[in-house]
Parts: sequence; structure tokens; C-alpha cells
Amino acid sequence: MSKLYSVAALFNTPDDIMHAAAKVADAGYEKYDVNTPYPVHGMDGAMKLKSSKMGYYTIAIGLTCMSLMLFFMYWVYNIDYPQVIGGKPLFPLPAFVPIMFEITVLTGAVLTVAVMLIFYFKFPNNAHPLHDSGYMKAVSSDKFGINIEAEDSNFDLDKVKAFLSSLGAYKVDEIYFDEEEANTKHKILDTKFVFGMFLIAGFTSLSVYLHMNKVLYMPPFDWMLVQHKVTSQDKSDFFNNGISSREPVKGTVARGFMPYLFTDDPEGAAENLVNPYVADEENIALGKRKYLTYCSPCHGDLGKGDSRLKGQFPNGPTVHSDKVKSWTDGHIYHVISEGQNVMPGYKKTVTRKERWAIVNYVRTLQRALDAKEEDMQ
Amino acid sequence: MSNHEKKIEYTKKELPKGFLKYGLPLLLIGIISVVLAYQFDPMRASFNNIIALLVVVSVGMGAIFLVALEHIAGAVWSVPFRRIAEHQGFIFLATPLLAIPIIFNMHDIFEWTHNSVVLNDPILYQKSPYLNTEFFIARSVGVFVLMTFFLFVYLRNSTKQDTTHSQKTTKINALISAPFMVFFAIGITLIAIDYAMSLEPHWFSTIFGVYYFAGTFATAMAVLTLITLSLKSNGNLLKEINRNHYYSMGGLMFAFTAFWMYMAFSQYMLIWYANIPEETFWFLPRMENGWEYLSIALILIKFIIPFGLLLNRNSKMNPSRLKLASFWIIGAHIYDMYWLVMPSYNRMSGTEGPVFGWIELSFIALSAGIILVFYYLAARNKNHIPIGDPKLNRALDFHI
Repeated sequence: MSKLYSVAALFNTPDDIMHAAAKVADAGYEKYDVNTPYPVHGMDGAMKLKSSKMGYYTIAIGLTCMSLMLFFMYWVYNIDYPQVIGGKPLFPLPAFVPIMFEITVLTGAVLTVAVMLIFYFKFPNNAHPLHDSGYMKAVSSDKFGINIEAEDSNFDLDKVKAFLSSLGAYKVDEIYFDEEEANTKHKILDTKFVFGMFLIAGFTSLSVYLHMNKVLYMPPFDWMLVQHKVTSQDKSDFFNNGISSREPVKGTVARGFMPYLFTDDPEGAAENLVNPYVADEENIALGKRKYLTYCSPCHGDLGKGDSRLKGQFPNGPTVHSDKVKSWTDGHIYHVISEGQNVMPGYKKTVTRKERWAIVNYVRTLQRALDAKEEDMQ
Repeated sequence: MSNHEKKIEYTKKELPKGFLKYGLPLLLIGIISVVLAYQFDPMRASFNNIIALLVVVSVGMGAIFLVALEHIAGAVWSVPFRRIAEHQGFIFLATPLLAIPIIFNMHDIFEWTHNSVVLNDPILYQKSPYLNTEFFIARSVGVFVLMTFFLFVYLRNSTKQDTTHSQKTTKINALISAPFMVFFAIGITLIAIDYAMSLEPHWFSTIFGVYYFAGTFATAMAVLTLITLSLKSNGNLLKEINRNHYYSMGGLMFAFTAFWMYMAFSQYMLIWYANIPEETFWFLPRMENGWEYLSIALILIKFIIPFGLLLNRNSKMNPSRLKLASFWIIGAHIYDMYWLVMPSYNRMSGTEGPVFGWIELSFIALSAGIILVFYYLAARNKNHIPIGDPKLNRALDFHI
């Protein structure tokens, strides 16, 4: 069933269409539109259009998305996984500004188009009476057209045709449309549409998966991974033993490293090692700190062998026994470094200076519990 | 859009009285108080002198740039305002008045003029082939002579075209605008580096010239807009000039407000991110002793408020809103220059925190007086419309 949609007139020049649009607006028509192959400057003035409200939507969308993005970055950096990057504060606002700017512009632009599609073009509907008309073909290439809709309150077919002809139109057409076609409601959950969307999503996921996990490791895309150089811990045919790195020469000492010569020789340590640090206030304070951290759990805070372990682990012996008192500093140092019986060695966790400081502190404890006459004065 | 030739009816008219009524008193007050300021506190006066110079260079040199921009881009809409921009470029001739006191007081302002400091400072010593008094003066004179040359060429061609109506003049103008752009880019960078950046001679920022240029463009456009609006309301311009033309002016001010923020933030973020002491020390004095409030206010004053003022389409067409935005942008540029220059005054004089008093106001009065009086001198008894320009008809029929 065909029905009249509008009367459409075609003009040859932009000047003509400006003139015609102004005249149509003056004649009191409200439901009409102008179609041109390119934006004609000044057209909105000629058509007496009110200024568009679209800009407000754009800025509202942009600012909303900007705030959401800012909150998301705050959540990531401060709530979900707080970490300091590059010595910056946990909430480095200047670093976020470019992202906020880009998000504002991107969402403002993209979502404005989406809003226009939904509000003005009634997405997902895609039928318009002007589609597939000769009029639309002409205004899409090089003509300028104006069409007055039949729904306008002043519409009268013969009058409108005569009016448009009098404005200088070289062609005036009646546009008919099929009511059934225009009124077909397209649902967003249309089977074909949903299926297509699934197809696209599946294809995208598969392609991303293949790219990131397979293709990237195939030649020639692996050119960054496979390089003509030998890395450490790698196989190499260059040396006889088939490994890429050389073993150090026997007796090599690393920089800043002091070798310990008495590993299985407590007697040698007792005889040859001398405490290189003077037991001054600072050194004893260091020793106390390290003693309380590493030694006191077993030996007790004062070294009496009264540990906090309550028998869950063999108690360490007292350091106030005559045996320990008679040991040289070197012997105590050896025991701290290498361990004794169930006591482990501490040379990996406590530095050399700290071990000697602990020795000084143990000596201080021994002296404190067995003070001499002159210490009291 | 219409191709039929309209007859342009233009009659010469006296300039609005405001130019002299406000300009002369401002200039006189400015000169007297500036002389007093130099007697009273020469160091503070010389730093303020730099602010005034940078503002007047922005207004004058920016206007010459607007003229060249129109020629090189073949712009049509701006033709009716080109003569105003040319007369505004005449303000650039006032810059020696402001530059000479600076050159006489260089020792107070620029650390790199102190020989003992330079010899004991390897960085300043390395920079001394560029940062030395003779070359400094040579650069300033060079930029002044070049810009003045181009200004007079544009003025002469434009005035000649009023009678000849020759298309050829337009072509020649476009041709000489190409080399002008190169000289302008170098010239404005040199001015920004010499007069503002070398106040902290250890500091460097490659974007600094663009930063100054962004403010310059917006300010020159704002002054041009103000003069246009006042001439229009006085009836000196053609009646065909309408909201579509204003829209373009507002649009350019809007664009360069955003562009300034872009440049300023680019400069700040790169320095903040890298966190290198050689660069960060320039921002540190601007973040303590009260300067931190001024720094945050700068974002508000120079970006957010003018951005909001000009964001709406109608506000770019509305003359009263445009006037407000123009005044605001000029004020914001003065504030920006104050923010650039005065922390160095704190360092050189040993004071702490921002200072503001009659010395600052006197230099602002002097700049305003110079702008008004020099525009009057340039535009008195002249046509305010390039009536001979072949593009004028199309320009008056301009629609956005």
C-alpha cells in the first residue's frame, strides 16, 4: 500500500537551495528537510534552525566517561593493586591527564555518533522513504534538494508542487513509500543480528588468540625472539663443554667478597681470627640489634639458654658457660658463621661486620652477668 | 556564496574617542610611575619591564603573524579585519621603548651577565657563546628589524591595494608570507628564550617558544577582537560584518586557549615524569612560598575559565560575551607572563613568595597605554577596511 511521504524538489546550485530553503521556512512549513552533497555554509540560518543541543550530550558523555576512567585508574593504582611506579605517588594525576584527555575525546566523538544513530535514525530501523529514490541519488552526487513532508500541517499537494516550481526547481517529484516496509519494527535481538554478532565475536577472539599465542612465535614474526647471540645458561657449540659461559678460574674471588678460610676448621679460626672491630657504643648497638633478631629466639634475650621456644625445638645452650667464656672471639665468630650441632650457619643472612658485632655483644653480656669489681665504680 | 559583485559602501570615520581618552592618561601614568619605579626599586622594575615587553611583543608581533597567516592560508573570512591587524602590528614598533631599559639593567636581571659567575660555572660557561650581552642585543635588534621590515611591506602593499584593487598584490603577499613564517618562528622562539627562559640560565625546555607562541596568538586575537568590536560599535567598519565573523575570532581564541594548555601540560608532564634535577628546579620555586596557589590558579585562569566562556557556540557569536572573553584572555596572558618571570625575581633579590604592588600595576598601565596610543597613531586617518582586496566581497558574505 503506497502512501505519499513528501514532495521533493531538485535544484542546481547551492545559491538556489539557500534561497529556496529560506523561502520554504518563511512560508511556514515546519516538516521539511534539505539534502545536499556537502555541507552548505549558512544553511542552518536559512532554514531558521535552532542551534543543536548535540554539543551538550557530547560534553556530558565525555566528562562522564572521563570521570569513570579516572575512577578506574584510581581503583587499579590505589585499591586493587597498589604499587609505586618510578618513585611517583600512588595516585600520579599528571600521568593520568593524557589518558583522561584521550578518553574524553574518544568517547565524546564515538558515543555522539551512537546517540545520533539511535535518536535520529531510530537504530536498528534502517528504512527511510527517501531511500532508493531518484531524488536521493541526485542529491548524493551533484544536486541540491528540498523535500516538504506530507505530515506538515500546511501541506497541500498541488500548492506545494506549484510553490516549489516557482522557487526555481528543475524537477519536482512525489515520493511514495510502502507503509508496511517503513513500519517494520527491527528488534535488536533479531536472530540474524545476534548470530552475526556472535560470529564476529568468535572470529575476533579466535584471531586474537592465534595472533598472540601462535603466530607471534612462528617465523618470520619471531624475529625479535630469535636473535643471533649467546645468552647465559644457554647451549652453545662455541666451547667444548657445550655451555655458553666460562667457569671462573680456580681461586677467583668476587669483588667485595671476603673468602672464609676456616670452613671446617674451628681450631684454625680460634687461633687465627682476630676481631677487627672495636667494641664501641655503635658497634655494640648493632650487635644487640642483630643478636635480638637472629640469636635470642634460641639462646634467650640475655644468652642464658632460656629460649622463647618452650621445648618445641632444642634449646640453645647458655653463652655464659665457662666453655664459651674461654673461647676466643674467632671461635665464637666461627660458630656464628658455620653453625654447630643443630645450630645453622648465619653467614648468608648476617654480614661479616654484623657477626663481629654480635661477638662483641656476647662478650658484653658475659661481662654484664659476671661483673668485676672495677665495673661497679 | 553570491557571485554578483556588490558595491561596498565605505566611508572613513574618526576612531572611537576611547583610544586617546584612556590611552594618553594610561601612557602618562605608566611612564611617570615606571620612572619612579626605576628610582625606587630598579631590580623589581626591570623584572616587571620584562613582563610588559613580553605582553606588548605578544600583541604586536602576534598581529603581524595574523596578517601573514591570512595571506599564506588564503583565508577569506578575516579579510575585513586584516587592516586592523596590520595597524595592531604597528604596536610592535613600541617594543624598543620597553627593551632598552631591560638592556641597560641586564646586570640586575640576568645571571649570565655576571662574568665571575659564568667563569666559575661550567654550564653557563658552555652556554656563553649564545648567552652573552653582545649576541643578546644583536638577536633582539635582528628580530626587531626583520619584523618591522615585514610589517611595513604588508602595510604598504595593503594600502596600495586600496586604490589599485590588484590581484597581484595578494599573490605577492602570499609569497613573502612563506619566508616570514620561518623568521617569525625563529624570532618568537628567540624572544621567549632570551627574555623569559634565560632568567634561569641553567634551565632548558625545547617547547618554551611554542608555549609563549600559544599565549601570543590568543592574546593578539583577543586584542584584535576587542578593537574590532569597538570599531564596529562606533561604525568604523562595514555593516556586513556579523556574528559569523565573530564566531571565527572566538573560535581561534578558543582553539589557542586549549593549545596553550596542551603545550603547558606537555612541558610540565615530561619534566615531572623524568624527574631530573636539571629540569625540575624550574618548577620547584613555583610550588612553594605561596607560588603553589598561583600555579594552580594559572590552570584555572588561563585555561578552564576562558575555555568555559567560549565553549558554547552562541557565546563565540555574542559580542558582549566575546568582549568579556577577550579581556579575560589578555589578563590571563599578563598573569602567565608574571608567573613565568617573577619567581626569578625572588631568586635574584632574595625575597620569598609572589609580590604585587604599584610597580606591577604601573607596568600594566604602561603596556595598556602603549597598545591604545600606538594603535591610534597607526590607524588615525586610515581606512580600517582593505577596500581594495579582491576577496573582500566574498569575505563579507561569509557563513559558518
